[in-house]
Amino acid sequence: MKKKLGTALTVATIVGSLSFGIAATSAHAVTYTTGSNLPTLTKGILTIGTDDPAYTPWFDNNNPADGKGFESAVAYAVAKQLGYPAAKVKWVKASFNTVIQPGKKSFDFDINEVSITPERAKAVDFSTGYYDVAQALITTSKSKIAKAKSIADLANAKLGASVGSTSYATITGVIKPKAKPAVFDTNDIATQALINGQIDGLVLDLPTAFYVAAASLKNGLIVGQFAPKAGSDQFGLVLTKGSTLTKSISAAVDALRANGTLKALAAKWLSNTAGAPVLK
Amino acid sequence: MTYQPSPLRLQREASRRRVSRQSTLVALLSTVIIASVLVIVVTGAPGFKLVRQSFFSWHYALSAFPHVLSGLWLNLRVMIIAEIFVLILGLLIALARTSHSPILYPIRLMATIYTDIFRGLPLLLVLFLVGLGVPGLQISWITNSAVVLGTTSLVLTYSAYVAEVIRAGIEAVNPAQRMAGRALGLTQSQTQRYVILPQALRKVAPPLLNDLVSLQKDSGLISVLGAIDAIRSAGIETAQSFNFTPYVVAGALFVALTIPLTRFTDWLTRKQDRARVQQGQW
Repeated sequence: MKKKLGTALTVATIVGSLSFGIAATSAHAVTYTTGSNLPTLTKGILTIGTDDPAYTPWFDNNNPADGKGFESAVAYAVAKQLGYPAAKVKWVKASFNTVIQPGKKSFDFDINEVSITPERAKAVDFSTGYYDVAQALITTSKSKIAKAKSIADLANAKLGASVGSTSYATITGVIKPKAKPAVFDTNDIATQALINGQIDGLVLDLPTAFYVAAASLKNGLIVGQFAPKAGSDQFGLVLTKGSTLTKSISAAVDALRANGTLKALAAKWLSNTAGAPVLK
Repeated sequence: MTYQPSPLRLQREASRRRVSRQSTLVALLSTVIIASVLVIVVTGAPGFKLVRQSFFSWHYALSAFPHVLSGLWLNLRVMIIAEIFVLILGLLIALARTSHSPILYPIRLMATIYTDIFRGLPLLLVLFLVGLGVPGLQISWITNSAVVLGTTSLVLTYSAYVAEVIRAGIEAVNPAQRMAGRALGLTQSQTQRYVILPQALRKVAPPLLNDLVSLQKDSGLISVLGAIDAIRSAGIETAQSFNFTPYVVAGALFVALTIPLTRFTDWLTRKQDRARVQQGQW
């Protein structure tokens, strides 16, 4: 399977470079809006980065190239909008630290649940947001916060989040429990700590919270979500600071939002998140 | 009559001064040249401005400092507690491994297996097994605190190293010392306590302190269990700003923490060397 994919990519590269050669001779003034003549890393190919493992429900089976899962679907939709069919999309692995490192990146854009903040925007470029995210608290039915109804009920809870997430900021900025939060490298380790009872609850983005509560925990439940102001926490595609692609890619995301594609993909791949009560 | 140095001696001293001046000059020159080349290569690199911004930004250093410092307080507590337990446990294992009595064979065997396993296991795996596996057993009287379990993992791993260092020290003491101790009427354990161990520990003090310095740095690894130490605090700050300066701040604090211990090791080694030269052991 992998070999086939490799062959497909090679063919795509050759086809891509050929078509670029033709395009270059015919059009001198290049407009960077659509079509595979964007100044990407490899001409004719759109290179997209994401972390390994890529988590459900954002991806499926840790395979970003299958078009399944919300972010994989969004990535292919953006590619199509830019004029790159699925065969001309190449995926590369990019851990969080390589995404935020200074200098040139190994991808044209990265899609990996990265929240847009003004401070981060000083170091990297973001596309416009492709998903409005809310944070949610999950726990197990045995936990002392299983029946919490408000933020005040969480005052004595030991809560966890994974590093690099805005979930941590939700604990320190919104919930403000007395105990110091625990911070983990990945959601997997954090989930294990929750199963062990080493933390009382785990803060995750809402779609991940639904997935973890249902699939990774035996008796998991969602305590509630924390309502952000509309549009205050959005996931964006990450690009090299000052990338010449940012405008085109933002335009593609805007177009997908305007024609309802983003909403439809969210409805298809992410759980109906309206069911979680809002904690105040 | 006052002492008059001979002309030959004066000539020799003048020549020595000249050579020493020359070597100082050469050392200075080569340092300046190498330093300038380094500075030119690094600052002239196309990405230098970007790297300086993302690794050496005053703004982020100042804003991260209090968080990193409060994380370092955890490192300090963990390393001190761990060092105490590592030295005790390491000594006990070393004594077990160097024992000779046939009755103690099972203990000797256990000590050997212990050092074999824990020197070979990556610390990260020990941390996961102890820090996430043990609480998973849901035994009510065992704590599930990340800090306590993390420190336990450090003690388990580092005791194996330290035990081997101490064992090397014990075996480096001449066997005649033990016989001499016994001949003086000391019991087996008195000989161990007053004759063998003082000499053994003195011999291995530098490598022992080396292991402790290494332990200081590895104390940060307990953050994989959720505890927020200096490195994890830096990671949290970095994730918010996408700027790596907080890590550099944490690094500088770690260096500041280990330098006193390394200088102490150097000082101890020099002192021992001098003592040995005076005793005519060399």
